[in-house]
Amino acid sequence: MADAVIVVALLLVAATATVAVATRDPARQALVLSVLGVVLAVLFTVFQAPDVGLSQLAVGSALTPLLLMLTVRKVRRRGRDEEHER
Amino acid sequence: MSRRVRLWLVLAAGTGLAVLLVAACLDLPNFGGDRHPYGDRAVRASIARHTANVISSVNFDQRAFDTLGEMTILFGAVLGCVMLLRQTRDEHRARPRPAEVAPPVRRYALLVLPVALVTGIYVVAHGQLSPGGGFQGGVVAATALHLLYLGADYGALERIRPLGVYEVGDALAASAYVVLGLAGLLGSTAFLANSLLPYGTFNTLSSGGTVPLLNAAIGMEVACAVVLLLARFLDQAVEIEKENGE
Repeated sequence: MADAVIVVALLLVAATATVAVATRDPARQALVLSVLGVVLAVLFTVFQAPDVGLSQLAVGSALTPLLLMLTVRKVRRRGRDEEHER
Repeated sequence: MSRRVRLWLVLAAGTGLAVLLVAACLDLPNFGGDRHPYGDRAVRASIARHTANVISSVNFDQRAFDTLGEMTILFGAVLGCVMLLRQTRDEHRARPRPAEVAPPVRRYALLVLPVALVTGIYVVAHGQLSPGGGFQGGVVAATALHLLYLGADYGALERIRPLGVYEVGDALAASAYVVLGLAGLLGSTAFLANSLLPYGTFNTLSSGGTVPLLNAAIGMEVACAVVLLLARFLDQAVEIEKENGE
């Protein structure tokens, strides 16, 4: 039973990570990364490492995507300003 | 050194590394086994010092010096970001206009904000008892504050977030960790030794000697560092603009 849960969690991580690599738009990639963070947190919890799971949940699914989104917003805004000036 | 010799050197070193790694892997405990030589010793040491969460005992007692290194890395990384993302001479700040927020988003954010904040503080405070600790709880508490940006706007967030206070808090918490380590020198013979305080009753908030104190210092350091980091990114994304006509 525990083995089945581990296999499902590993497959979910592999699938989500593949989608994250295949997504080319950074803003969407940030959202996929956030889902990947949740799935990884589940995997770590299944492996009986809830401390690491909590870190992953806080950093991987909240902080990193947020920093990525803010960076994308800054870069896009700068691009729009330069187009506006021309 | 010719190309040929270099190639042989790489091949020889690579083969040696591969042999050592495979030999080490063959000696690893089996996957999912319930006995582990290091684990058994760590659990014994942790229980001897009345720390219910063995991970916290490893982080803040048995390997407290490693945690000092990790904290310094975070401190340095955030300092670097703050320097890189500061407002330069050819940029100015534009006050962001008050933003329109959809009522369900506003309700959700203002409802979840206090819950998330208390959860973060709870995770820090119970670091020595249950999964979690200073790092995890600090990140949760710091990101919780930013729900105000979702629920209201950037101006509201800036009012509850005086950056100077967080800068001082970050530095104070980092030095508190070092000072607690030096206090270990007074109590016994080693830096960061956990022999200064009584170990207390097992599974209570005050158990574990210096573990709860070091844990709290890390929590404060991480929370302040994350707030400062996000503040710089938000400033760049929302407020700071390049001067026109440059």
